[in-house]
Amino acid sequence: MASPDMDHPEGPQIVADPLKVPNLAFGAMAEIKPFRAHPNHQEPLGFPGELVGNWKEVAIEKIGELANTNRAFRVYLDACVKCGACTDKCHYFLGTGDPKNMPVARQDLLRSVYRRYFTFAGKYFPKLVGARELTKEVLEEWYTYYHQCSQCRRCSVFCPYGIDTAEISMAAREILDTVGMGQKYCNEIIGKVKVIGNNLGLQEKALRATLEDLEEDLEDETGVSVRIPLDEKSADILLVTPSADFFAEPHIDGLLGYAKVFHQAGVSWTVSSYASEAANFGLFIGSQDNMKALCQRIRHAAEDLGVKRIIFGECGHAWRVAYNFLDTLAGPFDFLDPNYPVPQHILEFTLDQIERGNLRFDKSKNDHIRLTYHDSCNVARASRMGDKPGGQFEVPRAVLRAVCNNFFDMDRDTTHESTFCCGGGGGLLTDELMDLRTKGANPRMTALQRVTEDHGVTHMAAICAICKTQFSKVMPQFGYEMDSVVSVHQLVSNAILLDGQEIDGDDRVPEVADAGVT
Amino acid sequence: MAYQVNGATIEHDEEGYILTLSDWSKELADVIAETEEIDMNEEHWEVVNFLREYYEEYQIAPAVRVLIKSIKKSLGPEKGNNKYMYELFPYGPAKQACKIAGLPKPTGCV
Repeated sequence: MASPDMDHPEGPQIVADPLKVPNLAFGAMAEIKPFRAHPNHQEPLGFPGELVGNWKEVAIEKIGELANTNRAFRVYLDACVKCGACTDKCHYFLGTGDPKNMPVARQDLLRSVYRRYFTFAGKYFPKLVGARELTKEVLEEWYTYYHQCSQCRRCSVFCPYGIDTAEISMAAREILDTVGMGQKYCNEIIGKVKVIGNNLGLQEKALRATLEDLEEDLEDETGVSVRIPLDEKSADILLVTPSADFFAEPHIDGLLGYAKVFHQAGVSWTVSSYASEAANFGLFIGSQDNMKALCQRIRHAAEDLGVKRIIFGECGHAWRVAYNFLDTLAGPFDFLDPNYPVPQHILEFTLDQIERGNLRFDKSKNDHIRLTYHDSCNVARASRMGDKPGGQFEVPRAVLRAVCNNFFDMDRDTTHESTFCCGGGGGLLTDELMDLRTKGANPRMTALQRVTEDHGVTHMAAICAICKTQFSKVMPQFGYEMDSVVSVHQLVSNAILLDGQEIDGDDRVPEVADAGVT
Repeated sequence: MAYQVNGATIEHDEEGYILTLSDWSKELADVIAETEEIDMNEEHWEVVNFLREYYEEYQIAPAVRVLIKSIKKSLGPEKGNNKYMYELFPYGPAKQACKIAGLPKPTGCV
């Protein structure tokens, strides 16, 4: 039986088929859960520091409130007919075999309690309809298995009713937060954004020093003064990017790519120290209040700096929040230039510049790479790019093909709207969940292994900070180097030719006009 | 959850990061390193000392790239690279070295 062998002495063993259904392993992941938030992580977010005494009443009231105010949530709880279409669609189920990681089973953890208190049959004939009392054990089970969902929505693509487990998982986490059972990783981070402006806790002085350091690197590399401006008033563009782009590998190489593109496009831009984070973990915990507070920092920064446009860097769920909710939560953005989308994705900007002929590339600079592309779940299934349906799939690929000679897609069952989560999304990118993250990455890694075998693929590009970090941590366990995951704009950076850039000794790239490019 | 150093009890969080940064000492670093199964040598100390100096100035650990640049200057290009940093600190120069240096864990998508 070709179920994934995660306990092999030489590390996880790849199975040949990324969609292969594993043997059931009841309770296999019952002990895997993230650290609980401490009171100092909970309270700044407006949640009780510890489990409240009347947790049962509070939780049931919260379920009722959500069912009454969030129509989708109620429909998702009511509509499931147990057809089974979702059962083998979750990467965590495929990687762990734990049946509670089947999307329908995950939904039922909450649905069973909803039925008990909010449906006629559940109130009077609970056993007949699978309704159950809310107990402390149920709360613990929610905490465990709603933190084994990365809210990637792959299951919802295959559900004939469109039931979205991500929404149920977000609601469950909100209920847990409301009774005082928050998750440390997400809530500590949201607190930092509220006080300092980014997930890392990178203050303005450190950010400025980092960006100046990177400017030096860019000049050393290209011989051209490429700026990464910070807090520059009246710049045209505010770049809002994940703070990992200022800190981690390969994220930083993506940031250098954005800087080169902006430089060559001749636009003025700036990063803000006040809104130095694209990520919005308020989404992961289903907290609209916190999501709103983080969105409003971006609005304030845009107003204070007097920019005309807002562009988001490579971050999956940030784009989901920005694309869907920024205007609702922090709009109207009527002070921005109406000729541009609000917000715009850096890939839309870069592709537009390529199509206008403003950027030139030496694609051979990426010839050491045979590339594939990982569609990040929140971009693929919860947003769009460009002005055509499916743009979120085609815009990144169009940019990659413009800068790279050797591009090969993975199996169609594992890309586009059917893409697999990296295994670390939705607020699960924390070290104590490494076992889950590794197992959850197995389907994606298996699909990658296939294109490696078929086409010699060496690298995988991504446009999400979480994906990049997750892959750099888990890929070594699957036979790849940690730098086998690359930023899309890292490849742009490798290939772009800046006006006046040093090439091969003393030669310099001529001005665009001189080269006959229009 | 605490380390014991020379009769003193130093509290740490679930992952071994100390709670009070001023509790740090070289002896404590050795104790933390031991729990991480790292035998501290000069190169480890070069990294830990740089992290502490940087933190003193900026209240955060440096980007890995900034760390590597500095180590390249002090120890040469054969040691100032990502691969060597991971040989020194297998769980990552940022997180594991920060723990030994008595600094908070970097948070976020890193």
